[in-house]
Amino acid sequence: MSDNSDDELMPDWIPYSHRPEWSDVTPLAQDDGPYPVVQIAYSEKFSEVYDYFRAILAANEKSERALKLTQDALQLNPANYTVWQYRREILKDLKKDLHMELEYLDNIIENNTKNYQVWHHRRVIVDQLNDPIRELPLTENVLKMDPKNYHAWQHRQYAIKKFNLYDDELAYVDRLITEDIRNNSAWNQRFFVLKHFGFTSEILGRELQYTTTRIKRVPNNESAWNFLRGLLSQCEGAIDQSSYVNDFCEELYESGGRFVFLLAFLIDLNERRYMQCEEESKKAEFYKKIEHMCTILSTDHDSIRQNYWQYMLQRIRSN
Amino acid sequence: MTQNGDFRDFTALKKEKFNDDNFATITSIEQRTTENAIEKCFDRFEQLQALNAHTAKLYRDEHCRYLSKYIERLPQSYECLDCSRPWNVYWILNAASCLNHTFPEKIQNNIIDFLIKCRNPKGGFAGGPGQYPHLAPTYAAVNSLCIIGTKRAYEAIDKDSLINFLWSVRAPDGSFQMHVDGEVDVRGAYCAISCAKLVNISEEVEKELFKNTVEWVASCQTYEGGFGGAPDLEAHGGYAFCGIASLVMLGGTHCFNSEMFLRWSLYRQMRFEGGFQGRTNKLVDGCYSFWVGACIPIVQAIMAKENIYDAHLLKKPFFDRRALQEYILLCCQKPNGGLIDKPGKPQDLYHTCYTLSGVSIAQHCENSMSPLILGCLTNELLPVHPIHNIPPMAVVKAYMYFNQLSSEQAMSNDGGRTSSSREASSETTTATTTSSMSEELSSSFDGGVSISN
Repeated sequence: MSDNSDDELMPDWIPYSHRPEWSDVTPLAQDDGPYPVVQIAYSEKFSEVYDYFRAILAANEKSERALKLTQDALQLNPANYTVWQYRREILKDLKKDLHMELEYLDNIIENNTKNYQVWHHRRVIVDQLNDPIRELPLTENVLKMDPKNYHAWQHRQYAIKKFNLYDDELAYVDRLITEDIRNNSAWNQRFFVLKHFGFTSEILGRELQYTTTRIKRVPNNESAWNFLRGLLSQCEGAIDQSSYVNDFCEELYESGGRFVFLLAFLIDLNERRYMQCEEESKKAEFYKKIEHMCTILSTDHDSIRQNYWQYMLQRIRSN
Repeated sequence: MTQNGDFRDFTALKKEKFNDDNFATITSIEQRTTENAIEKCFDRFEQLQALNAHTAKLYRDEHCRYLSKYIERLPQSYECLDCSRPWNVYWILNAASCLNHTFPEKIQNNIIDFLIKCRNPKGGFAGGPGQYPHLAPTYAAVNSLCIIGTKRAYEAIDKDSLINFLWSVRAPDGSFQMHVDGEVDVRGAYCAISCAKLVNISEEVEKELFKNTVEWVASCQTYEGGFGGAPDLEAHGGYAFCGIASLVMLGGTHCFNSEMFLRWSLYRQMRFEGGFQGRTNKLVDGCYSFWVGACIPIVQAIMAKENIYDAHLLKKPFFDRRALQEYILLCCQKPNGGLIDKPGKPQDLYHTCYTLSGVSIAQHCENSMSPLILGCLTNELLPVHPIHNIPPMAVVKAYMYFNQLSSEQAMSNDGGRTSSSREASSETTTATTTSSMSEELSSSFDGGVSISN
């Protein structure tokens, strides 16, 4: 919520009531009833523009001037989904060139990157044009300003899925992870791309190496650990890959690593071994490891989640 | 017995600050800046507490004054929420319920009249009078009217046209658009299901209206364990709540990975700040106190139901309920009323609602008869329903009203003849639809949320 005054946004403003081309329209005030609640202290300009919009909507007028009016209304409140929806109807009725609409949106999106409606409008227009040529550059531009912008990633995934634009995406993701290894949105996008190509054992091997290298460099980075877990879930039955991860974790631990996410990983690993083991003495050994890790997590490394680590230990014990 | 919680040791806490592994990136730099701002709040509190042991106070009166003022008028900065006016009503009413503050009857009636103005003749509620109907303000309006809970309020929901609206935004794959030709995401499913449940739609209609919805929602769970807004999107606190709440309401909790979800949710609690972040490697934000905070007791209840042998181990909530209250009390209150995202941000109604309902969850989620209250005992808030985020009583009363309504309708359809068998079967239907929800939750929410009789 910004306190930008509207005059700053539109310096040469002429009220609609002073415009001869609008003299035939009677503005329609908002009907809040006799005793309104949550009444917003609208600026004069806001009230006037929306009074004219309501009049146009009521008359179902689809004209050039109505199209321009929606632009003023959207500048004042780009979250007004009714105005966007009506604008789409006008565009359709007037058979407007939708490429112009994309240009208009470039500008609007740049100033309203966290708004559901602008991105949805973009998507509808791109669908109608059936042409994604500007979507990857647009989202790239927005992600340059905010590499975790959820709407931009959502739009990017839409364009990639719908128009099959996967080919260069891994290179882009890699660049973002290089810029900020903690950018979880980029890691998520990596998983999205890999899922499309399929987790073949070749890809899994390459990705495991990619991830473990980055964990070694920044071992307290949850994004990379979660990604590793995600990869491992795709390794069902792939013994080589699973043991690669196990060895990696155990080496890290043996060399003195006591990172929270490493310990959590080792607990899961030892739990699996414990459950599968038939031999009593070995079973006790796995249990001892689990007990030690749950204990140091709950007392020292991750005490904010101590209830959880104590539960993990009790649960394993009771099984 | 009410138990008084202790604050964490702020000196010892310093070791919990973010470890950047000597590899600074924009994420770690912003994280440290945020921690420093929060550390200042903690340090200030520690010094003040040495002067007066009773400084950890929820500013009840100030928050109530803020809400009372805003229920009537909002400043110009709320122009950007001109299409979310029922949301403004709901945020105020639910925050006020947490604070045990009720508005005078006259204002309640004005609220009902205003929401009727937002209602579309064909069904559903819009962001403001004269706008198109939309699922988000529909959810907000239905919740608001249930909080008010008078006959007039229930009538204002207009159940039949509401259901028509829900049909109009349903997509063939079981997902929901926010409005006709609008965007699709998990919010849509959650809002639609929540409204449908509160007005107690019949089992047959529910089955049809939400056909494939469980599968669609479940497909939004990511490799991290949380839910994204749509399939393949990043796990996110707000969508995670919508996802799990939807599955619980539709009885579809067997379709997702609860262990992964639990761990992901727990990892959103920040070790230094005490509050929750919404996504991995993002900053703390007070609103996730509810969105993620509520996920944890919900998923624990699901797991306890799935595995009765472990149920006793799952009774105690696994997140740090003191640390969360500490963050909200010490870092998110404005002395002139209203609550915030994080230090340095201005107060707003959205954050006021979700910080308070998050604190309420933290206080009451183990067992509503022995809440865990941090600071002054007067900081205790009233419980909220973890799925609908309105008072638990408001949920029960709505069910009962709409159940009564449907049996009356059934009777009049019968040509006025009293059909005891029909009445009985309609009651059974209600019992089953409501109990599926209460059973899921009963192990974690003993008192407040048990809906079945």
